Amino acid sequence: MASFFTSRLFFISVALVIIAATLPLYVSGYVLGLLTVAFYFGVFAMAWDLLFGFAGEVNFGPTFLIGVGAYTAGILNAQFGWSVYLCIVLGALASVVAGFVLALPALRVRGPYFGLTTLVAVLMLQNFIVVFADLTGGEIGLTIPDVITINAGANYWIALGFMTISAAILYGLSQSPVGLVLQASGQDPVQAGALGFNIVKHKLAAFIVSAFFSGLSGALLVFYFGTASVGTVVDVAVGVNVIVSAVLGGRRTVLGAALGAIFLIVAGEFLRPTGELATFIVSAVALLVVLFFPGGFLGAALSREARS
Amino acid sequence: MRAFQILIDGFAISALYALGATGFTLIFGVSGVLNLSHGAIMVAAAVAAWAAASIFNVGTYAGALIGVAVALVAAFATYFAVVKPIQDSRRIPNEEKEIFVLTGTLLWGIMIQELIAYFFTNNAKTVLPIVEGVVDVLGVRTPKNEIFTAIVCCLVIALLWLLVNRTRTGKAVLAASMNPRGVTLLGLELTNIYIVVWGIYGVLAGIAGVLLGMFLGVSSYSVGPLTASAFSIVVLGGLGSVSGSLIAAFVVGYLETLTAYLVSPAYRTIPALLLLVFVMYIRPQGLLGRR
Repeated sequence: MASFFTSRLFFISVALVIIAATLPLYVSGYVLGLLTVAFYFGVFAMAWDLLFGFAGEVNFGPTFLIGVGAYTAGILNAQFGWSVYLCIVLGALASVVAGFVLALPALRVRGPYFGLTTLVAVLMLQNFIVVFADLTGGEIGLTIPDVITINAGANYWIALGFMTISAAILYGLSQSPVGLVLQASGQDPVQAGALGFNIVKHKLAAFIVSAFFSGLSGALLVFYFGTASVGTVVDVAVGVNVIVSAVLGGRRTVLGAALGAIFLIVAGEFLRPTGELATFIVSAVALLVVLFFPGGFLGAALSREARS
Repeated sequence: MRAFQILIDGFAISALYALGATGFTLIFGVSGVLNLSHGAIMVAAAVAAWAAASIFNVGTYAGALIGVAVALVAAFATYFAVVKPIQDSRRIPNEEKEIFVLTGTLLWGIMIQELIAYFFTNNAKTVLPIVEGVVDVLGVRTPKNEIFTAIVCCLVIALLWLLVNRTRTGKAVLAASMNPRGVTLLGLELTNIYIVVWGIYGVLAGIAGVLLGMFLGVSSYSVGPLTASAFSIVVLGGLGSVSGSLIAAFVVGYLETLTAYLVSPAYRTIPALLLLVFVMYIRPQGLLGRR
């Protein structure tokens, strides 16, 4: 852990955050808005990486956790008029409960079976939102009366700060003894259990931490957008983007996941002139990375550094 | 009257689901690959059949054949461009190949979907049916196309059964699903068996796609739901068990039809999802799965 503070990765991360923090002084509100969304997405991807890269759980439904947090916060604000900050906290807590629910099958079934269970969880949430349209706004989406602030710069700093803190906590956790036990129980649960570690407890903890950050980020995103809709926080396609970000950036690196998410969203925007082909190009690039650089951006960079 | 209607409609839908899921489960059983581009390949077949018949006027039969051929090409492309490179890669640790195949085929499916949307728009397309008109079955006015769909599905599944159980190639495929290493020891090349299986899969997915295009119509938005429904049917039946998938397809098909007729079409998919969660809890390996 101590070696991390002297490593090149640490200095590069700090430099990147400092440069990012000064951006509102000289770039347009449009770029800031784009990056704000990208930062929240980065937290989604990092939270997913904690579950997949470390606990070894293939979670196809990151948007179940995100959606529960986002919609809980949104509904409490729009239907009951509770204050924004209370709603955000309650959204994150609701997501923790959802993470607990999602963890129950994970302790029983493995691999593709668990993957399907998480996918079903997303589809159920989607159905629930459409069926209870009075409460949730249905397919049109829920309009949220309050926002944190309308200042683009302030929103950007909140998102950046939130992502930096989340990254520090999640990365620290992944490198801590707890993270190592988690990694061991993901790779060989029987042996990790034989060494005397409580696998159930560690996995449950991983789900709860992942759910907390997903839900918190989802709730913040809702108050940034001013609306919660299936298409932005629940749809399977959103979940796919989260997974692709994490794999692109480099699984099992946590920080790489955030890079992947920022790349994905910024690249999608740069490719906007190509019209409908934008998604095609992003998917093709992601597929090439998966095939030829399976370690992802950060994985490739780190292995080069380790070799030299 | 209504009971017969549910019985007939449910049968056609279930048969279609069964056909779509069979190829998917066959690939998993033999090579352990979950192909998440499944829905995209089915839609590609349907859209190709539609384009051939409606834009290039080649006729319905030739159109259907072109659709199946496109699915076959797409299936081979999936295997050679995505699945095989990942399986052969030395940089990907063995225990992570599963997630890489999932991610890779998912991205590949999105690419196919986007290409379809780019060239043929997102609009829903209905393939011209091979047989038209309606007949009276047990007092229910049924489109002939629906009966045709059910018959073709059953025939193809029966042919598949014959192919797998009665031919030398089929027996090799069956053996590979039981014990891949044993098959290689008998001097059979595993890669050849995989190619055969992907070929069978392409034809099955193509036929299912074209029939779906005639029966319900498709658009590039159907890609995700199609993959998800095949995935859930296959897991419900037990991954890799073809007979399990057949049973599961009929359970899901009838459950959806019953809900749509008796409760509301809006809740169509919910009972099947609940059943799936329930089965996962009490019997995680699925109805007929082995672990």
